[in-house]
Formats: sequence, structure tokens, C-alpha cells
Amino acid sequence: MENIKDTQWPIWEVFIQSQAGTPYKHAGSVHGSDKEIAMQNARDTYFRRNEGTSIWLVPTDCIVASNPDDAEMFFDPSNDKAYRHPTFYTMPEGALNI
Amino acid sequence: MENIDHQKVFDAKIEQDANIEAKDWMPEDYRKHLIRQISQQAHSEVIGMQPEGNWITRAPSLRAKKILLAKIQDEGGHGLYLYSAAETLGIGRDELIKQLHDGNAKYSNIFNYPSLTWADIGAIGWLVDGAAIVNQVSLQRTSYGPYSRAMVRICKEESFHQRQGYEIMANMMAGTADQQEMAQDAMNRWWWPALMMFGPHDTDSPHTGNAFKWKIKRQSNDHLRQKFIDKTVQQAEVIGLKIPDNQLKWNEEKKCYDHGEINWNEFYEVINGNGPCNRQRLNNHIKAHEEGEWVRKAASAYAIKQKSTVSQ
Repeated sequence: MENIKDTQWPIWEVFIQSQAGTPYKHAGSVHGSDKEIAMQNARDTYFRRNEGTSIWLVPTDCIVASNPDDAEMFFDPSNDKAYRHPTFYTMPEGALNI
Repeated sequence: MENIDHQKVFDAKIEQDANIEAKDWMPEDYRKHLIRQISQQAHSEVIGMQPEGNWITRAPSLRAKKILLAKIQDEGGHGLYLYSAAETLGIGRDELIKQLHDGNAKYSNIFNYPSLTWADIGAIGWLVDGAAIVNQVSLQRTSYGPYSRAMVRICKEESFHQRQGYEIMANMMAGTADQQEMAQDAMNRWWWPALMMFGPHDTDSPHTGNAFKWKIKRQSNDHLRQKFIDKTVQQAEVIGLKIPDNQLKWNEEKKCYDHGEINWNEFYEVINGNGPCNRQRLNNHIKAHEEGEWVRKAASAYAIKQKSTVSQ
């Protein structure tokens, strides 16, 4: 144990589901030496007022994020395809429920 | 790709009120300013647990004790939201704590004052948290995304803090002459330090220029202080407390209160370590940190052992 230097433990990103059926949303992060302690810390830090029904934890170094410098090029291809949207199409006069 | 003008992209985002996110390029001074400001706020939340913790065992009822415990736990939580935001800027928690212990990072002056009576718990919730809320509401629109989101979360929780404090003051003012005197005494001692929480006058504030340019800060110290005074005076009147300022007077032309001069000598004395409790607050933190070291190490050793057992 003497070999372990003073540590604040690894960081975990916390995602919370505010009610059943809704998407998980990033809340922040906590420190925890392992999954169990990280989960308890996440509960104590982000769930003091009934904030939700479920927690996901992900070690911070496992998150893969897109590079902001590439954003323009990376997300560009979806911009010029108007035919992917329903309003692109002309419907015949009088057609209902479409 | 190599031709991106990062400064230009950053400036444009600030100009358009867009948030800066953790992975975005940012000027080194922006990063430094944020780390200083966010960590100072985080340390304040955590050190702020001490003056209130002083009254947990002496809370006058079980109801009061439960509330105080919940409030102090919130303050710890708020510290953690803010450390979490600071860590997205690339600084570790251990380093942040080291800066606090070395005296290189500050925390709010207000927590260097002692909490002498139960009425102080009322005054802290009502005035200290009240002043903090005015500042935090403004910071919800700060330009750094993780910081802004932490502020939104904190603001949602703060209003309970202020209301429980005001309730304590109101109850004491509805009580015996001794209780009223105690409440007024707390008011007298906390009013001026609460006004100092907003920092020096705009004309004397050393960090204001860049903070405004980068939209880290959205409203000035004096503007926020005025806002706090204007809403607090009426609350004091309702429960019969006097604001300890002879020069406090409604200014019909400006539609706000004029107030007396703040004792800035006291402010700088406390900042420089000579407040009533500076040494005690920091020593307590260092002691708790050192006494918790074996727990952190034991948990780390356990995690390593679990991993090696699984992989065998």
C-alpha cells in the first residue's frame, strides 16, 4: 500500500435518466476507486432530490469525442440533402393523411 | 485543416454568445482565469461547510438539525459540481486541493467569520446564500459550458438555502426580546461581510477586464451588489430587522438604495489571512484531507486487488 501515492481516484462521467423512458443526459463527473464507490458518489452528488430513476457511469478516459476542429467538415455532408426531410416532396392536391 | 485560426473561431463563438466546451481551443489566459475562478468557488462551497457544521450538534430542534444537515450536504455537492467543471480544463483534483492548502488558491472571505449563535445560521442562509445566489444566477450565462451547467444545477438548489435562513430569522424576530436581539446582532455582523462577497468596486477590480471580454463574467461587482441590497432591504423590514447602515436610503431618481461605504481595509485584511478564522478553516481542511488519506489508499489498493483477481 505504501506504493500508492495520495490519490483522488479515477474520474467517471455521470449520465442520469430523469424518468423512465427518457434519454440519459450528462450531469457531470465524480471520483471513485471502483464501480461501486463511483456509483455511491454519483448517487450522493447528483441525486439528492429525486432527480431521476437511473444512472450510467463511464470512466472518463473511455469517452470518445469528436474533434471540434473537424466539426465543420465532419458534420457538413448532412447539410445539403434536403430530400431527407419530408417537406422536400410535393404532394398531389387533395391527398389526405400523408 | 492546419490553417484554422483558432483565436478567430474562439472570438466568434464568444461574440455569438455560444458556449466554449472542454475540447474547444481556448486562449491560455481564458483557461487560467476559469481555473482560478471556478476552483475558488469550489473551495468556498467546501470551506463554507465549516461555520454551519459548527451548529449541527446544537440545532434547537430535530427539524432544524435535519434541515441544516441537508443544507451542508448540498454545499459539499456544489463544491463537487464545481471541481468537476474545473477538471474539464485539464487540472487534477489533487492539484486543486494542493493549491488550496498552499494558500495559492483563495476561497470566499465570508467563511473566515465565526458563527457565534444560532441566529448566525439564519443570517448565513439568508444573507450569505442570498448574496451567492445573485452572483450564481448571473453566472448561469457564463461562456464556459461545463461551468454554466454547474451553475444552473446549483441555482436550482440554492433557493431552499436562502429560505430556510430567512425562516430562522423570521421565527427569532417573532420570539422573545432576547431572540430578537440575537437576530439583530447576527444581522449587524453579517451584513457588511455579505456586501463584500461581491468583491471590490468595479473601478478597483483587478480581474474584471478580460472576464467581461470573454463573457466569463456577465455583470459587474457593483451591479450585483446593488441588486442584492435592493431585494434584501424589504425582506429585513418585513420581519423587523434593521440594516446596520445609517446612510442606507432609497434613491427615487436612480430607483435603488444608496448605501454607506464598505470597509475595504477589513476586506483586504481578511483576504490576506488576518480574518477571525482563516487559520482554523484551512487547518481543519488539511487535517480532514490528511486523515482521509488511508481511506483513499485502502480503496485504491482494493480496486487493484479486485482487478488482478478477475484477470487471473
